[in-house]
Amino acid sequence: MSDLVIRQLSKSFGGVRAVNDVSFAIKRGEFLALIGPNGAGKSTCFNMINGQLQPDSGEIMFEGTPLRGKKPRDIWRLGIGRTFQVAATFNSMTVIENVQMALISHASQVYRLWKPARALHRERALELLAQVGMQDAADRPSRELAYGDVKRVELAIALANEPRLLLMDEPTAGMAPKERNDLIALVKRLVIERGISVLFTEHSMDVVFAFADRIIVLARGKLIADGDARSIRDNPQVQEVYFGTGKTFKAEARS
Amino acid sequence: MNLNAFVFQAVNGLSSASGLFLVAVGLSLIFGVTRIVNIAHGSLYMLGTYIAYSVATKLGGALGFWGGIVLTAILVGILGAIIEVLLLRRIYRAPELFQLLATFALVLVFNDAALWIWGPEDLLGPRAPGLTGSIELLGRRLPTYDIFLIVVGPAVLLLLHMALSKTRFGRLMRAATQDREMVGALGVNQAMLFTGVFALGAMLAGLGGALQIAREPATLTTDLNVIGDAFVVVVVGGMGSITGAYVAAVLIAEVKALCIALGIVDFGLFTVNFSKMTLVAEFLVMAIVLITRPYGLLGREQGAVRSVAEPEEPLRPATTATKIGGLIVLFVLIAMPLIAQGSPYTLVLGIDVLIAILFAASLHFIMGPGGMHSFGHAAYFGLGAYGAALLVKWFAAPMGVALAAAPLVALMGALLFGWFAVRLSGVYLAMLTLAFAQIVWAAVFQWETLTGGSNGVLGVWPSAPFESRPAFYYLTLALAALGVFLIRRFLFAPFGYAMRAGRDSPLRAEAIGLDVKRIHWLAFAIAGCICGVAGGLFAFAKGSISPETIAVSRSIDGLVMVLLGGLQTLSGPIVGASVFAVLQDSVMRSTEYWRALLGGVILLLVLAFPAGIVGGLAKLFARRKAAS
Repeated sequence: MSDLVIRQLSKSFGGVRAVNDVSFAIKRGEFLALIGPNGAGKSTCFNMINGQLQPDSGEIMFEGTPLRGKKPRDIWRLGIGRTFQVAATFNSMTVIENVQMALISHASQVYRLWKPARALHRERALELLAQVGMQDAADRPSRELAYGDVKRVELAIALANEPRLLLMDEPTAGMAPKERNDLIALVKRLVIERGISVLFTEHSMDVVFAFADRIIVLARGKLIADGDARSIRDNPQVQEVYFGTGKTFKAEARS
Repeated sequence: MNLNAFVFQAVNGLSSASGLFLVAVGLSLIFGVTRIVNIAHGSLYMLGTYIAYSVATKLGGALGFWGGIVLTAILVGILGAIIEVLLLRRIYRAPELFQLLATFALVLVFNDAALWIWGPEDLLGPRAPGLTGSIELLGRRLPTYDIFLIVVGPAVLLLLHMALSKTRFGRLMRAATQDREMVGALGVNQAMLFTGVFALGAMLAGLGGALQIAREPATLTTDLNVIGDAFVVVVVGGMGSITGAYVAAVLIAEVKALCIALGIVDFGLFTVNFSKMTLVAEFLVMAIVLITRPYGLLGREQGAVRSVAEPEEPLRPATTATKIGGLIVLFVLIAMPLIAQGSPYTLVLGIDVLIAILFAASLHFIMGPGGMHSFGHAAYFGLGAYGAALLVKWFAAPMGVALAAAPLVALMGALLFGWFAVRLSGVYLAMLTLAFAQIVWAAVFQWETLTGGSNGVLGVWPSAPFESRPAFYYLTLALAALGVFLIRRFLFAPFGYAMRAGRDSPLRAEAIGLDVKRIHWLAFAIAGCICGVAGGLFAFAKGSISPETIAVSRSIDGLVMVLLGGLQTLSGPIVGASVFAVLQDSVMRSTEYWRALLGGVILLLVLAFPAGIVGGLAKLFARRKAAS
């Protein structure tokens, strides 16, 4: 059974068809990469799945529930976690408070006015931080963290509601190659341990080909390929959008 | 009431629209390029009326009048350039709130400067040479000068349009309005551009003021009246849009004219005097526009401006030292009636300080952790005060009932206004909260039969056992301490964390299931409710309440208290309110020019101590610790 099914999804901005009739599905426990050149429609696709943008047409089903028209916070409550392209934490809080905030929200305790929040879910938050290797930084202000560590904390926050699907928009953007590999390896491990499905966009092909179970390729809003690493690598259409055909310019400089 | 009266008022409205347009378009241009809402724009207009008056009466004749208008525009333009170079240049990168406060400080300074130079009397200028006559329109006489004004508005609009599309300066201005960082990156001298725009905006305000002297006397209340109108026009038209400013100016002027033309209307069950509803109507139009089109009729969403606010430290529970310090302060406050037996006035001041603390702490609750910069917190103070006072006046309610009703009335108002306010952010939220506060003020001021109008409600005295000063002091102390304690408790609870999460990153907060608008709405309601207690206590402490005490200056006092103490600390508003209340009582009452003094304090705060007293001390302490 598929976790997330997307059928004939379309979205235009003015005259630009950012996403044009895209359909795909993610199976439970699958690590699916969504790739494509800049402007291919990856982020638009993402923002429609997590409710930030409303599609013009098409449908998005998660475990049989339609997501179209739902708000981001309601989609989160259905069990879909997400991380952002530009990582953001709550800067006036400590690392662990960031995670506690998500746990408090998950437990529907947001409107409590009396008991201090510090004591709530502290152990569970520490566990989550330990999973991403950030437990030692628990009581530091989150705004002091290095960017790679912010990404890890974001992951811990995204795992707080025990999601069955994780959406990661360029999880390694702005990270050093070594950090990239570590983070994706960590995600892959968590996916296998917990049976979560992951949809992620990524520009680093090393990361994609090394870790993704399956890859789908977008170009100019259209889905042009869907398959495993080898078939994508050998797909002439994919090669064309990434490298061009070499036909645009004629070699003129001869001597 | 007939059709002729309508048409006549409508034509009359067009001439008022020109004046409104001139002041609003300058405000709008300045905001478009510099992203600063220049609250002192009304003051520039007011200075325009005074300067033009002086030139016209000193020189006399046609040269004095018409030449005076041109000269005034130039002088006010130069003044604008000076303001930009000396003050605004230092605060372009400061948080929005500080910019608003700095320009408000100028309002206070200019007002006292005008008082010092021209005195408190209204000054009526000469009539316009060459345009003293009138023509007959629909059986009424319309002054030719008004017709001249009707033409001036569209003429300036046309000139500005040509200047913006044909000149290099105009192109740069349009570019900067769209993306000022890109303009800077392209190597344009931003400093010159900003100075030029500010001078142009100031010039238009000066011109607008100068043109008015043939119609209305120059008075010291012009600044706040005009800036109120100008805000409404700019917000309705869309910040940065010139045509929008004219459309909105006409709309507002016509709505006002319609109210005047309607006059008193009998609806059978009750009668409404529409001519007294002009203020309410104007702000209602603005509220409706902001709700349906958040960026104004012709405005666009503004690109985010990166402001470098000081990052905030995470909340830490009180240390033992803080707790002991707090207990000592509380004991001193409890012992105050015994300590101050010799000077009964100390208790009066003490009550003032405690009410100020409650007021400032409730404002800080939404401003600091909530990130909502309310410029209209006086509304909830006023609702609480009038709620309690009117119960006493009309139903002879005992004090207990009236004091219990105060927070409920304020809560109702905060729930209603807050629902709209949390849908906006930044300067738009500030303007909308200001508009709501003005509606409350105008309703109180103009609904004489219920509220006593400008006379207010008298004879609101505490009943037994609180009629003695010390007893009422203890009641105030108990309620203030309870309020501050509750606020602190809320901030450390999950709700307070959720408030800060929504402020730090609304996107992220929504992505972990937080309903940011709802959370901030409830925060707004809580703050309003607690502020209502302060209002109720105030009415009983003074024995009376009048519209003056809930006017816009009270909202600004609250902002100054919060900033004085420090926005990013929990004890900040308490310290700030105490210092402010004592200062206001001692220093500011001893000089005629206390407004200028307050303005100076605000400027000093904004330029030199942006973290406030508590924030500054904390930083100093941290530096010492790091050094040792």
